[in-house]
Amino acid sequence: MVREILDVVAIGFLLLGSVMALAAGVGLVRFPDVISRLHAGTKPQVAGVLLIMVGGAIRLAGTPVVWMLLLGGLLQMLTVPVSAHMISRIAYRRRHVREDLLVVHEAGFAGLADLQDDPPGDQPADAPRDQGDSG
Amino acid sequence: MTVVWVVAYTLLSGGAALSMVRVWRGPSLLDRVVATETLLAIIAGGIAVYAGLARDPAVVPVLLVVALLGFLGAVSVARYVGGMLIKSGTDDGRAAGLPPAAEQTVEGR
Repeated sequence: MVREILDVVAIGFLLLGSVMALAAGVGLVRFPDVISRLHAGTKPQVAGVLLIMVGGAIRLAGTPVVWMLLLGGLLQMLTVPVSAHMISRIAYRRRHVREDLLVVHEAGFAGLADLQDDPPGDQPADAPRDQGDSG
Repeated sequence: MTVVWVVAYTLLSGGAALSMVRVWRGPSLLDRVVATETLLAIIAGGIAVYAGLARDPAVVPVLLVVALLGFLGAVSVARYVGGMLIKSGTDDGRAAGLPPAAEQTVEGR
């Protein structure tokens, strides 16, 4: 009896995670620029994969791989924000932002201009000072 | 149970197909990176769905490899594109974009 209930819960988690995967695809196709596509694409990378991992862990309860599944979910939670942050930062610098769609532009360009000459801690060590990565 | 298999993999493959549409259409390199990373996450989800529904623990280590590969690929491509940026002549805080030759190979279709 308990086993059947757990199966139903696990299958619910698995299907919910799959729905999030489909939502990620729809968002990737329909959203207008890199940053909003990133918004659509990274939420299922964390939440959808985590839901699927939890569902699989419930189904595989009792085997040693449960901890490996949860470790995979933890790794996604740690690494996806980092890579999403790096991609969105580069997208912003490459003018891949649709400024006409922005409601609030908090990273005002006037403030950033002061940092241009000495960007804090983002240049590769071997970058030429005058024409390298702009910081 | 068959219904669950069909529904789960229909949803996952729909998401994967739409991500591949974005990889195909671009228009920029970063769009493709975002879509590829999402595609890898969906593949990891598919592997985990198989492991859960079939109660097959053998494929679980693949998940860790796929998760780490997606992270490393996205970060390295982001660093690579960032290194190509030209310092902007304007003072609005954004780079001027890529050198013309790189812009053509990366974004030209």
